[in-house]
Amino acid sequence: MGFATNLLNIICYVPLLGALVIVFLVRKEQTAAIKTVATVVAGLDFVLSLPLWFVYDPAGPAFQFSYVHDWIPAVGATYHVGVDGISVLLILLTTLLGFIAVYSSFTAINHRQKEYYVFLLLLQTGMLGVFISLDFVLFYVFWEAMLVPMYFLIGIWGGPRKLYAAIKFFLYTLFGSVLMLVGILTLYFYNSSGLQAIGLPGLGHAPTFDVTELFKIATQIPPHVQFWVFLAFFVGFAIKVPMFPFHTWLPDAHVEAPTAGSVILAGVLLKMGTYGFIRFSLPLLPDATRKAVPWVVALAIIGIVYGALVAMAQKDMKKLVAYSSVSHLGFVMLGMFALNPQGLTGSVLQMINHGLSTGGLFLLVGIVYERRHTRMISEYGGLAKVMPVYAMLFMVITMASIGLPTLNGFIGEFTILVGAFNRSTTWAVIAATSLVLGAGYMLWLYQRVFFGEITHDENKTLKDVNLREQWTLIPLIVLCFWIGIYPKPFFRILEPSIRRVVEVVDPGYMNHPELHLPAAAPAAHAQEE
Amino acid sequence: MLELLWLVPALPLAGAIVLLSGALRFGKRATTLVGVGSIGLTLAVVVTVLAQYAGRHGEIVVNQVFRWISAGAINVDFALRLDPLSAVMLSFVTLVGFIIHVYSTGYMHSEGDRAYARFFAYLNLFMFAMLTLVLGANLVVLFIGWEGVGLCSYLLIGFYFDKEYCANAGIKAFVVNRIGDFGFLLAIFWALRVFGTVDFTGMADALAADPTRYAAAVTPIALLLFVGAVGKSAQLPLYVWLPDAMAGPTPVSALIHAATMVTAGVYMVARTNFFFRLSPVAMLVVALVGGLTAVFAATIGLAQNDIKKVLAYSTVSQLGYMFLAAGAGAFAGGMFHVFTHAFFKACLFLGAGSVIHACSGEQDMRKMGGLKAHMPTTYWTFVVATLALAGIPPFAGFFSKDEILGKVFAAASGNLNGFGAVYAVLWVLGLAGAFMTAFYMFRAVHMTFHGEFRGSHEQAHHLHESPRSMTVPLQVLAVGSVAAGFLGMGMFGPRVNWFERLLHPVAATVEVEGHHVGAGLEWSLIALSVAVALSGIWFATRWYFGPQAFTRPRRFAERFPGLYATVANKYYVDEAYNATAVAGTMKLAQASWEFDARVIDGTVNGARHLTVGTSFFSGLFDLNVVDGLVNLVAAAYGCASRALRRVQWGVVQGYALVMTVGFVLMVAAALWLGR
Repeated sequence: MGFATNLLNIICYVPLLGALVIVFLVRKEQTAAIKTVATVVAGLDFVLSLPLWFVYDPAGPAFQFSYVHDWIPAVGATYHVGVDGISVLLILLTTLLGFIAVYSSFTAINHRQKEYYVFLLLLQTGMLGVFISLDFVLFYVFWEAMLVPMYFLIGIWGGPRKLYAAIKFFLYTLFGSVLMLVGILTLYFYNSSGLQAIGLPGLGHAPTFDVTELFKIATQIPPHVQFWVFLAFFVGFAIKVPMFPFHTWLPDAHVEAPTAGSVILAGVLLKMGTYGFIRFSLPLLPDATRKAVPWVVALAIIGIVYGALVAMAQKDMKKLVAYSSVSHLGFVMLGMFALNPQGLTGSVLQMINHGLSTGGLFLLVGIVYERRHTRMISEYGGLAKVMPVYAMLFMVITMASIGLPTLNGFIGEFTILVGAFNRSTTWAVIAATSLVLGAGYMLWLYQRVFFGEITHDENKTLKDVNLREQWTLIPLIVLCFWIGIYPKPFFRILEPSIRRVVEVVDPGYMNHPELHLPAAAPAAHAQEE
Repeated sequence: MLELLWLVPALPLAGAIVLLSGALRFGKRATTLVGVGSIGLTLAVVVTVLAQYAGRHGEIVVNQVFRWISAGAINVDFALRLDPLSAVMLSFVTLVGFIIHVYSTGYMHSEGDRAYARFFAYLNLFMFAMLTLVLGANLVVLFIGWEGVGLCSYLLIGFYFDKEYCANAGIKAFVVNRIGDFGFLLAIFWALRVFGTVDFTGMADALAADPTRYAAAVTPIALLLFVGAVGKSAQLPLYVWLPDAMAGPTPVSALIHAATMVTAGVYMVARTNFFFRLSPVAMLVVALVGGLTAVFAATIGLAQNDIKKVLAYSTVSQLGYMFLAAGAGAFAGGMFHVFTHAFFKACLFLGAGSVIHACSGEQDMRKMGGLKAHMPTTYWTFVVATLALAGIPPFAGFFSKDEILGKVFAAASGNLNGFGAVYAVLWVLGLAGAFMTAFYMFRAVHMTFHGEFRGSHEQAHHLHESPRSMTVPLQVLAVGSVAAGFLGMGMFGPRVNWFERLLHPVAATVEVEGHHVGAGLEWSLIALSVAVALSGIWFATRWYFGPQAFTRPRRFAERFPGLYATVANKYYVDEAYNATAVAGTMKLAQASWEFDARVIDGTVNGARHLTVGTSFFSGLFDLNVVDGLVNLVAAAYGCASRALRRVQWGVVQGYALVMTVGFVLMVAAALWLGR
């Protein structure tokens, strides 16, 4: 029971402990103390998650830092947590954004502060739980639990239509997760006793919800079972991503949520959908995945172009960013369902990138929202004159978002498109049009907010970003440049985990990589070092 | 010293970072020191590197800085490459870049400290990106620079961002360029798929070893690369951003939108000539687009009154000549024009800047005139550069333009790739373009410097020669506009054509089989093109010089009002694009948005109403079916399923409460268990 075996538990439950401390030990009038505790706890959690980056060994076993404990033996549910390269990156993203979310809320939230920070910390535990769970029951518990604090964050501290948005978010996600539960149960029964009532045969193994156990039967599951389970999972995950046409809860939730809520929502919550696909759908249901490729890719590509087009028509900054997320997440899905190492690596990297750049965009929008209490683009204009530092930070994040080389977005989109292109020229061609559209709507937004004369008198006295606001953004910008300039460590940590997925979902690729890649590749290898 | 190649892009980058990080505090002196100093150092490094490289006889030196992208079996290195082609680019980009930095200290002096620092930060950043583009050893590194120069171009066009038209021009440049980049990126993907590498050496070697194996991929890759070049180098049909880009400060127009960035497309085609030379179709397309652009833009230049717009259309036109050369297989010839053009066009733009500076910001040539007396240095340098552009011997443009026309003629008479007739037409167009070039340039000289001053009294009072920080760069560039041409005197035979010989190892001219233009014919062609240029000058002088100035053009405009209006309004291409592509996209965006709000979200809301309306039945369903299933699992799910049922009744808070409590309990249990 060393530090390493308990590390994931510690990372996951430190925010919960912090929440309990605030609930029981701090009075609600002591707002400074609440903020201090929340900040320290979130910061500590980030620091605690850093060893994952340094200690996780890409050459080691598939899942590391594992911790297993009996939980509900009667049904075969275990408390099993562990991480691979994919979840390590997502955990780090979560703890970083979690800290930034807390730190960015100091002046934005002025009522019911105690509950606010409690919910923020609870949310963090829920999200981390999702990324570390290797047991379906545990996963499902965290998946559902996370909804609650998010629901309250939107419903209590949100904008004018907060209740509509909160309930829509809640019910939509719930609808998906119920289907997902059905899928989980089907797998569970197929692995064990079968289910006579619906004519589902069983393999007769000991009943278990342990994902690593279920991975072992992935290739034995008959196609029609895979199909139905895939469909059930698909609805659950696709809503969360969100994929076209299940995306309309997203703009509402984003627009109404407080800034920190939007940051978490875009940065982490959406990744749970894509994470679900890569962790469960692909390796558990390889046959169905392969058959689903054209359909999923079609939706992904529609999402890419359609999201960009709808973003272009928005008058509300947050809505614009929300629809840009639909487009970016379409890229993530496209890369994933290219089912080759390039596409999958780019896909995971783009999850991180989107968290950084879109998280950053929501923070930036929040900064002016706090000053002017409006998100309407037409209310701004000429801000570059009064807020030069803000304008510069916004420019960097904008460029990250539209995939300018030396910034993170380019690396993600590039590898995704390489993967997609290797599958189908048409996919890549259609998806790549969003490079033009993306530059169009983002730069147009930038122009309307920052360039031209100042047309509203209220804007003439706007204060530039303060030090705290700068520090919410600087870590994100540093990471954007890091991934953009030297992404090698990220590729390295992902490589074996991605390879394992490809080995299952497209064994032919790994057995005959030479069929997919031209002769010159080995020469390029030889040049290394 | 060659190991220090990375310093070449790194120094300007360092300058940009320092300036950006201190942008709000730097005074002008500190900014000048950092901004110009970094480029001065870069120039020193480049001179040393090239001096050393001169002894290497065209060898290819590749410095791998670090591995950049590695996904699956695909690897892309951040690597720099020095070979004759990049050495040529390196030399004039750094030299002209440095000169323009010096000039800018004078030109931008009246700006505030903050704007001054921002200007030099962007200019340094541009140099970093441009040098990365030039030195990139593979398509992706080249693409980093390619996008980087695009960003800087955007930032600098929109430098006066409070002016609406500047900001608009910036976006237009960025987005139109992205259309080209779309093609470029697809070419990169295609190359990666076929070759597994985007390294220039790797691809060239693979093609040389087994051309038939890659035959199917060569033409699409070449054409897609050319789409990128068309965007960056402002060719038909994507040229529209460049004239608008003149909204930026004039040194920017000189550096980015005349001498360096816009020639990146030509450089890229020369860089990847191993694709183009294998694809007759791609070569033909390059030549056609180049030739047509050369003439098309020249005609627009005939009727522009803004001095910078004349130069902008002239740039588009000259870039067309460079592509025409490349399309005729004369990659070195195209690059030679890139080289000479950098000097005389930068000189012209900086001269125009000097004029604008003197006329208190006036750019309309109709309100100028007679400036010769007030600013002699600007005048003489401008005339030298104009003669170079017009192709009058012995100025630089004469040699490079003649080289291009000669090679196109050779392609026509030697029936290159069986398209001899097309090349013949292009040669005639090229000659016609040369006539127009001479005409519109001397029109500009006459309108600006000769005759009487036509501006306001206030402006007249203010007329003055520019400070030395601006005139010395003009003089240096004027010298370059003469000297640069002697490096490639093709008419004296290949032995004297040092430039072509230099580039031969990496960008050899495509041989036209069994054909040789004899010396007599060669000199006749030269005489013809000089005669054409001189007649252009003669016409311009008759129309715009002396006591009769302006009467003939006025009469012409009155006699052909439709033709004149069409040309003066640039064939209404911008209007057509706005009405189709731009308006179409906006309409599609609006329609998508309405579809999203009405249909998709309408369906979701409809489902909500339906659910609420039938909640009684769904409650029953929930109890019997979903619960029935769930209860099989464990008692632990009981509370969740009851909550589900309550949700269907619309009381979410209740469910949430139960979930929270349950969640906390479960976590507590897990913690307790996992002690």
